[in-house]
Amino acid sequence: MSGWAAHLAIAPILLPLVVSAATLLFDERRRKLKRWMSFATTGALLAIAIALLRATDPYGVAAAPLVYRLGDWAAPFGIVLVVDRLSALMLLLTSILGFTSLFYALARWDRAGPRFHALFLLLLMGVNGAFLTGDIFNLFVFFEVLLAASYGLVLHGSGTTRAKAGLHYVAINVATSLLFLIGVSLIYSVTGTLNMADLAARVPLVPREDLMLLEGGAAILGTAFLVKAGMWPLCFWLPSTYAAAAPPVAAMFSILSKVGIYVILRLTTLLFGDGAGRAADFADEWMLFGGLATILYGTLGVLSSQTLVRLAGHYVLISTGILLAALGTGRPTVVAAALFYLVSSTLAVSAFYLIIEPIGRGGEDEAVQAIAEPVFEDEYIGALEEEEDEIGIAIPATIAVLGGGFIFCALLLSGLPPLSGFIAKFTIIDGLLKGDGSVPAAVWALITLIILSGLATVVAMTRAGIDLIWTPTERPQLQLSIVEAIPIGILLALCLALMVQAGAVMEYIERAARTLGDAALYTSAVLDAPGANGGAVLP
Amino acid sequence: MEVVLALAIGILTASGVWLLLRPRTFQVILGLSFLSYAVNLFILISGRLRTDAPPIIARGDTVDASLYADPLPQALVLTAIVIAFATTALLLVMLLISRGLTGTDHVDGEDRDQ
Repeated sequence: MSGWAAHLAIAPILLPLVVSAATLLFDERRRKLKRWMSFATTGALLAIAIALLRATDPYGVAAAPLVYRLGDWAAPFGIVLVVDRLSALMLLLTSILGFTSLFYALARWDRAGPRFHALFLLLLMGVNGAFLTGDIFNLFVFFEVLLAASYGLVLHGSGTTRAKAGLHYVAINVATSLLFLIGVSLIYSVTGTLNMADLAARVPLVPREDLMLLEGGAAILGTAFLVKAGMWPLCFWLPSTYAAAAPPVAAMFSILSKVGIYVILRLTTLLFGDGAGRAADFADEWMLFGGLATILYGTLGVLSSQTLVRLAGHYVLISTGILLAALGTGRPTVVAAALFYLVSSTLAVSAFYLIIEPIGRGGEDEAVQAIAEPVFEDEYIGALEEEEDEIGIAIPATIAVLGGGFIFCALLLSGLPPLSGFIAKFTIIDGLLKGDGSVPAAVWALITLIILSGLATVVAMTRAGIDLIWTPTERPQLQLSIVEAIPIGILLALCLALMVQAGAVMEYIERAARTLGDAALYTSAVLDAPGANGGAVLP
Repeated sequence: MEVVLALAIGILTASGVWLLLRPRTFQVILGLSFLSYAVNLFILISGRLRTDAPPIIARGDTVDASLYADPLPQALVLTAIVIAFATTALLLVMLLISRGLTGTDHVDGEDRDQ
């Protein structure tokens, strides 16, 4: 590989940071320039993610993770970025959501408040960093970056509902960050390291009398991630926050709960996998039963939701629950299926959040969605209505396009055949039943709940769909501009591609799951990385 | 010294949690600040308590590491302090926004008692 390619691993962090800082130099009158800057950045991030995906998955090679040493400091002392197949997959998912959400926001939402582009890019930087880093404290820093950006984005568009939900969101996440710190320092005091690979090497050596401290620290740390992922009973903030956020922001937030899941998956396989000796699998039961409770709560929430945004929020909880419970069963056959479900459900929920707003436009949801006056006037000039014309033209036969998209989303979310949602749920159930002979009662409960939650989603979506789209009202004709339709179309087309190419995607994800399960590969790649001049070690 | 620090962390955490559960936004912010002080002290002692031990090794000579304090928690605490400071400032702004828009300082934006 050539010189610049060695530094590709840090590009998903540096690029949005630099561009975000650059957009701050221009005030809101140069909006067009800012739009182009951030649009080009999300496009570039997409290209970088694809390049990283290809770099970590060469044909026919047992690829070690790509390790990038910041400042060329050796691994346990310096911070490393690690790109393996799973990180590359999550990066790609993030950049797809970033691209489509920003695209959608260009139609009108980026004008709803100041500094949208800077915050949005910082959010991307934080999420990418969390997927890349190989150091727990560095993970904390990236979590704070993404949270700080998300605090600003929740308030984007202003208004009483957003201020109320935002206050709860910030308070809960600040408290959670403190739990994160307590967990990190407990783990450090027992093992003396914060590098994930070094931790994986040291956890099996922890003496018995310190094991309780280590597990306590890991449990507190895990609680922090479970709050982000939204496990019951830590999830009550999630539906109302996502419902209050502006649609493109909510569409982007659908990756945030997956960050929590990703970190839990990464740390449990690395630190508490089969090689961890006494500490192995200590949290699995919590995840299984917590996940079951989350699915149940999410299902009840979906059935009782009065508005589509709340329905989507509760669906996010269901998907969190299914992922946690499936991973908590500790069956290796189910990890790949769960990852496939993660990809499919994230894309579908994101598309759903985008499609909700044009459907509900002019309806009762307007009170929540409407853009209020800015609280702080500073240099921000011009709210939505007085600005330039909408980009693009309104599509004729909007109702057909929206209705079709809605049905598509409903099928995807509820997991009905033939779309990717069905394939994902089917492979999860298949993986659960495949294991070694006996199937415990908890797994049967999980399978029942997966099917029931799908049924509840169908019921709720049908009810909402008939109510909003097919019942004649005296509401004005629905309007959908082409800029809003394209990102929704991209997301739904990707879900379609997931269905058509399910075999190829599943094979990739199975390779990713195998690399993930091989903690020794990760550890040796990070700790034995030879110091290159460029600092990067390529497989 | 261990007892004093443990008591300090305990009292800060207890008052922080109590304040965090109060209904007024300002109390919540104070509670979060107390909690973050407690956590900062907690991080500091994860490198073990030492007196008169410098964290930075002098240039040149080979040294006995046991004579030095662990520098890493001290660096972590600095990061944690900065981040906690920034989020507290942000929360204060949220408090003002919420107070301005809803006309009350209740965390839910409405007073149930009235």
